[in-house]
Amino acid sequence: MKQTPLTAKHKALGARMVEYAGFEMPVQYSGVLEEHLTVRSKVGIFDLTHMGEFELRGPGALVTVNHLITNDAARLKEGEILYSPLTSEDGGIIDDILVYRRAESFLLVVNAANAAKDLAWIQSHLLPDTEFLDRSDELTLIAVQGPQSEPLMEEVLGLSLHDLKSYHFVEPSYQGEVLLLSRTGYTGEDGFELYLPNFLAETLWDEFLAKGEKYGVKPIGLGARDSLRLEARMPLYGNDIDEYTSPLEAGLQRFVKLDKDFFIGIDALRRLKQEGFPRKLVAFTMVDKGIPRHGYSILNLQGKEIGAVTSGTHSPTLDHPIGMGYVDVAYAKADTEIQIEIRKRLAKARVIKGRFLS
Amino acid sequence: MNEQLRFTKEHEWVLVKGNIIRVGISDYAQNELGDIVFVDLPSIGDIVEEGEGIAVLESVKAVSDVYAPVSGEIVAINEALEESPELVNESPFEAGWIVEIEVAGVAQTGDLMNQQEYEAFLKGV
Repeated sequence: MKQTPLTAKHKALGARMVEYAGFEMPVQYSGVLEEHLTVRSKVGIFDLTHMGEFELRGPGALVTVNHLITNDAARLKEGEILYSPLTSEDGGIIDDILVYRRAESFLLVVNAANAAKDLAWIQSHLLPDTEFLDRSDELTLIAVQGPQSEPLMEEVLGLSLHDLKSYHFVEPSYQGEVLLLSRTGYTGEDGFELYLPNFLAETLWDEFLAKGEKYGVKPIGLGARDSLRLEARMPLYGNDIDEYTSPLEAGLQRFVKLDKDFFIGIDALRRLKQEGFPRKLVAFTMVDKGIPRHGYSILNLQGKEIGAVTSGTHSPTLDHPIGMGYVDVAYAKADTEIQIEIRKRLAKARVIKGRFLS
Repeated sequence: MNEQLRFTKEHEWVLVKGNIIRVGISDYAQNELGDIVFVDLPSIGDIVEEGEGIAVLESVKAVSDVYAPVSGEIVAINEALEESPELVNESPFEAGWIVEIEVAGVAQTGDLMNQQEYEAFLKGV
């Protein structure tokens, strides 16, 4: 099991550690509910060092990236970031990633559980004049998320972030080292992700905790990371999307540019769009009691199976159970009543439009 | 902690009052589960077999069964848990009790662990 440069810090903070994607990671510190609500109301810090970071440089880098992703990297200016699925020939999702356009390169940030698969996939699809660097082992990633994340980050790095827009990044220096700081996250709150060389990890982690005390900062584990992203209606690879789902069914159309000349999977996705697809990922809130969970069946009101739950939890912010799942498109409209099979009982739920949180 | 409590290897506790057995989960178990956000209780009158799932405790992340430590009939459920599932975390041995089972005849709990035995068992977990 791999450790991050912050593993000792997590243990000293009393975290419960679990294995995730081959790393020993904190699943919770004080408790999932408290951590979750801290990010919604104050600010939380996360160790996300398990994520993979690949850098593509050279004259062929842009074309290579654009062959790999469904979104359009040619639209990115230096300092901008985009989210994109990475698809296979048949349009299935290999991963969902962030692409950062730096002056001389593209940085691809990939899911930890997919890092080895993505590395092999990308390396086997490099176009001429493209250099590939796996930087995963040399970078620590700390996310700072929540309404108080801006003043905390400004104080720790000593710069103004008021003008840094969402999905943009800067490369500030800290103790003579160049860091990468983006206004991105996986919580639905304002927040930042900070990439730093491993040797600065403990120093910066402690700085966030010390300077964040007056803002009510807490360290946040993977448990709350999952409930936060679900409330924000963001898909989790392996739960809501995978190689057997297409970005169109998953509601990620706006990240799929079918007017591009080419990307791997474009023909399959064009065909799928033209022919239509039978199921769609929807979000729903429970009407009856019970918490939906990954794998539970979804039925219509007549009791016919129409899909399956992919993510579900008790939303700490709403104090109400919520979920996502694939259903036949006939049931994907907002306000459609569906049923979830929870331990052989049927519990009513309602499809929602837009986000869970107002 | 009540000296009369007896524990199962599944981390339930039982408290015998004549032929009525009150059941809850141990402090260790509630801590392992984390914040409990939903308790699925059985119905009064349900007949249960020893070892059968009688209630479900759900945290934000996980779903865990509570097993019947004895066979019998459910005669009481802690309805306060429907509105306040966190009582299982806050007061696992008192306000966070889960069900009461009535057994036919005298309750047999001799094969369950007392507190000292349970604490020794936890060290081996």
